[in-house]
Amino acid sequence: MAEFTLPANSKVKIGDTYKAPDGAKRVKKFKIYRYDPDKGANPRLDTYEIDMDDCAPMVLDALIKIKNEIDTTLTFRRSCREGICGSCSMNIDGTNTLACLKPIEDVKGDVHIYPLPHMPVIKDLVPDLSVPYAQLASVEPWLQADTPPSPTEERRQSPEEREKLDGLWECVLCFCCTTSCPSYWWNGDRYLGPAVLLQAYRWIADSRDERTGDRLDALEDPFRLYRCHTIMNCTKTCPKGLNPAKAIAEIKKLMVLRQ
Amino acid sequence: MSENSMRSTSMRSTLGRVRHLGSAKEGVHHWWMQRLTALALVPLVLWFVVSVAGLAGMDYAGALAWIGSPSVAITLVLLIGATFYHAQLGLQVVIEDYIHNEGLKIAALVLVKFAMIILAVASIFAVLKIAFGG
Repeated sequence: MAEFTLPANSKVKIGDTYKAPDGAKRVKKFKIYRYDPDKGANPRLDTYEIDMDDCAPMVLDALIKIKNEIDTTLTFRRSCREGICGSCSMNIDGTNTLACLKPIEDVKGDVHIYPLPHMPVIKDLVPDLSVPYAQLASVEPWLQADTPPSPTEERRQSPEEREKLDGLWECVLCFCCTTSCPSYWWNGDRYLGPAVLLQAYRWIADSRDERTGDRLDALEDPFRLYRCHTIMNCTKTCPKGLNPAKAIAEIKKLMVLRQ
Repeated sequence: MSENSMRSTSMRSTLGRVRHLGSAKEGVHHWWMQRLTALALVPLVLWFVVSVAGLAGMDYAGALAWIGSPSVAITLVLLIGATFYHAQLGLQVVIEDYIHNEGLKIAALVLVKFAMIILAVASIFAVLKIAFGG
């Protein structure tokens, strides 16, 4: 059955508190999920007090400050710090988002930071995303065409055809949407989830691709596609402002149209 | 979650597990029928609620005569058919969503399908019995 409570060894305990330096005027508390599989202990919530007069504006800036200056054991993924790489996706203040795009001042009260929900945790804020990555590979997210390309020019596309990819190509594969979806929580082993379905639609919608029917065939499945129950958490949480729910609806529309 | 149990018991690659048995090549019909029955149920249920409210204070013989009139009997049969078909489709999704034990899931699916058919047939029979003066 679906699990609605955490197993005993996953219950989050109260952890350590790291006080702000003396004389700090604007103190913000960061409550961060900590888990180390090598310790065999339950996860805990550590509290870090940060002087906001000595910290850059984004949540990722605070995390880097903590790792550099307070606690080097804090583990998280990050790379570009400008919303392009999709590495620093995590649950901040109850919503999945990119830490680099989330201003600290948007959070009222303490800043609670957890890893992406319902994924196995490797350490601290690093979830195991190997299943969603494999699901992405399974939809073959690259251009497939049998018509050989011209030796002298690129595969051509009208401006109108190119426009159909807007709102799709911008996805950075942070999996904020997929891990916010209750349907993915309950059936993530078979349901592809919003991020992968948006990527699948990105190639279905591409006028240069010649395998549209094969792509639809591969998706036509009660679990792979139809576990989407239009809950819309995906669209609500997307840090890039994209609409995966609409991409999924477009796939369902094409399924009916080709009947 | 079944995903976790797969992780611990199988040495198969993640991609192999994700591709699994391949696409079932179905699901459109279920999705489309769920929407069609929902669409049909909007006017049917509105009609039913308004009509039943209008029957307030009517005696037994009057109610029998109402159900027995051809237009009402036909609409009732349509309502019953759409209701139980829609209920079967919806309950199937709930069971598939939340029951992850394969044996239990199939048992629940069979039970729900049989129950919905029995309820639909019994309800339609009741209407026809009145309509044809049983």
